[in-house]
Amino acid sequence: MVDFGGWDMPVEYSGLIAEHMAVRTGVGLFDVSHMGDIQLRGPGSLEAVQHLSMNDAGRLQVGQAQYSALLYPQGTFVDDVIVHKFSPNDYLLVINAGTREKDYDWVRSNARGFDCHVSDYSDYYTQLAIQGPKAEATLQKLTNADLSKVKFYWFTWGTVCDLPNTLIARTGYTGEDGFEIYIPSDVATSERVWNEVIEAGREFGIVPCGLGARNTLRLEAALSLYGHEISDTINVFEAGLDRFCKLEKGPFIGSEALQQVQAAGGPEKRLVGLEVIERGIARDGYRVLSPDGKAIGYVTSGSPAPFLKKNIALAYVPRDFAALDSELAVEIRNSPVKAKVVPIPFYRKPKKPSSTAV
Amino acid sequence: MAYPADFRYTREHEWIQVNGKSASVGITDHAQDSLGDIVFVELPKVGAKVEKGKVFGSVESVKAVSDLYAPASGTVTAINEELTTAPEKINADAHAAWIMKIDLADASEVDSLLTAQDYESYIKEETGH
Repeated sequence: MVDFGGWDMPVEYSGLIAEHMAVRTGVGLFDVSHMGDIQLRGPGSLEAVQHLSMNDAGRLQVGQAQYSALLYPQGTFVDDVIVHKFSPNDYLLVINAGTREKDYDWVRSNARGFDCHVSDYSDYYTQLAIQGPKAEATLQKLTNADLSKVKFYWFTWGTVCDLPNTLIARTGYTGEDGFEIYIPSDVATSERVWNEVIEAGREFGIVPCGLGARNTLRLEAALSLYGHEISDTINVFEAGLDRFCKLEKGPFIGSEALQQVQAAGGPEKRLVGLEVIERGIARDGYRVLSPDGKAIGYVTSGSPAPFLKKNIALAYVPRDFAALDSELAVEIRNSPVKAKVVPIPFYRKPKKPSSTAV
Repeated sequence: MAYPADFRYTREHEWIQVNGKSASVGITDHAQDSLGDIVFVELPKVGAKVEKGKVFGSVESVKAVSDLYAPASGTVTAINEELTTAPEKINADAHAAWIMKIDLADASEVDSLLTAQDYESYIKEETGH
């Protein structure tokens, strides 16, 4: 047993499986302050957002958010983002921690020709994610905003734990219902709100959740992680994010390259879901083998799935091997272990009538 | 959790309990705690030769996979099959959940391993508290 290094971050609090299950069946609380926040303001902000991101921000209403991505001219990923429309002249992009500097530089330099101001507010916010079927009941105790009126991928402003004008978004990265709140980042306020959320969720069995559960939850929901499913060498169609890419909205950075990919008959490789059907756990970076043992692809994220109780993985394979039910293998410590292509997401939250997304 | 004084320990976090010419091997409480929920154990085969310092199997938690290193050389005489279906037994009591039993090739190899006291100091240094 070696290499326990790097685990001093809150990878888990009480235990990864318990945390994961709490979010699927009750409620969990995550500190996701590492996420970055870039705001674009001014009369040209919509045009800038449209130029910079692949989804159609023109379809957003005030109070609505959408999953999108910043692309390089070759159609690969700078980062994936959530775009929030605060007003017709004011947009917030929530970005990943690991790509923050790069994203900010990218947005600033590419927004230069537009009449808008770009600000990095990442250090001003503590971002807490309250996730799970009991998230609404938990947070409702702490706010005057009527959360039942906030639909999935919409947001509102309200007083939360006595903090006025707090952004409350019905978003998350767990495949479950839930909210993300943005509060001032000073330690005293952050701790106070954290503790009040824990107290409010106690009757629903709330637990603090670490990065470990965040990863297994997003993997069950087949949500992409930068540096794994998406990167500067993977394009939108390979990643299977076509539905968030609106080529018809007009040109944006990356659209030309993607049109060429489409014209050429689509991508050569595809992201697929794998379920390991023999004994073994597929892990990030493991090779995917064809039935006759040739290396054909690689696992981008692999783990036991605590809720589904299966060993699952996301992997890139050539499109000829991407059909559902194809029997492939994952090379686990030099041995091929059988796996089959299954639909993604692996997990889908029970439907609620109010759920809509752009 | 106390580290039994009659066990010896490796810097890779295995324990070995010698009983004459044979011995039981498992992973330490510190190891199970660092790994978290253990979901998979890859056991060696009965009859296999294991070599001191070489990999003989692996344990996996949800978040990580860790190789198992043999504390001493020998031949595998038994494996704890129960861990195949109930790997969480290691989390419940790592010092009782033996992984394999071996016939020692050279019992004196064990003398160079850490004592319970040495191991406890070692993990304190490693974790910084």
